[in-house]
Amino acid sequence: MNYDVGQYKRGLRRGLPIGLGYITVSIAFGIMAVSGGISVWNTVIISMTNLTSAGQFAGAGLIISAAPLYEIAIATLVINIRYLLMSFSVLQKLKMPMPIWKRLIFGFGITDETFTLAVLEKEELTFSFMMGLITLPYIGWTLGTVIGAMLTNMLPLSVQKCLAIALFAMFIALIVPAVKRSKEVAFVVVVAVISSVILKFLPISSGFSIIICAVFAAGLGAKMFPKEVEE
Amino acid sequence: MSKVAFAIAIMAVVTYLTRVLPLILFKEKIKSNFIKSFLHYIPYTVLAAMTFPQILFSTPSIYSGVAGLIIALLLAFFEMGLVTVATGAVITVLLVQYII
Repeated sequence: MNYDVGQYKRGLRRGLPIGLGYITVSIAFGIMAVSGGISVWNTVIISMTNLTSAGQFAGAGLIISAAPLYEIAIATLVINIRYLLMSFSVLQKLKMPMPIWKRLIFGFGITDETFTLAVLEKEELTFSFMMGLITLPYIGWTLGTVIGAMLTNMLPLSVQKCLAIALFAMFIALIVPAVKRSKEVAFVVVVAVISSVILKFLPISSGFSIIICAVFAAGLGAKMFPKEVEE
Repeated sequence: MSKVAFAIAIMAVVTYLTRVLPLILFKEKIKSNFIKSFLHYIPYTVLAAMTFPQILFSTPSIYSGVAGLIIALLLAFFEMGLVTVATGAVITVLLVQYII
């Protein structure tokens, strides 16, 4: 039940580089969301309540294109379903016993990056350490979003319209390095792109098209290359 | 509650649940290779399906969209990082829009 200050500080140190990295990405998110028409206030709330890159970008994109709520829900679920696996890996490393309410609190801060650092820890994970680990990433993510959102409002509209591509360019920056390193990822990405282009010509909403293509491509990849995945 | 606020609440709840459900429910490790591989691939396929072909229509004209895409692919290929790739694409789009 006691709070371990040493563990918390160790977590803070581990989380510092993540927090700094998040500032730049969330500036981009703030710019993208506000230039798409979401208010500054709502944009910051998205970051403070979601704390996730791809899921927020997709969700904000769907809000901007006025997609129905159930599509937003399904898209968010599909994109963030990987967290199930990550939380699961973190669970294996927790210092037990840990009461449920503590897991409910630190669990909010599990991201691709905090997860990676957490599972790389040599020691068992305490509640205090996990809270330290997620503190600076949370602050960085929020701060960057505020900066990006406020910057955008100061830009002329003609420039704002050219910023929408930033989101897609970032997606490309996430995809391409993984494609270079793995033939399997390259395969599933190509399948997703081709099916997405084809579905563009059918009368399917963009939210559903994304889900269908993503699940189809990943499913096909998993069927054809069911390799042992490192967690 | 406005529709946007509702959408944000839904996003937040769904995201939160994917994070904490395993922490409070699961007991055994996932054994299926299929599911593990699927979960490994899904972030990339989602991003790919979101980007293509929409990136081409995300700018004021398709010419700047194509130019931005090419520059983004090049910068990403040389692993310049998220912010550099995004900035490079935006500058390209601004330049092309200015020229045409």
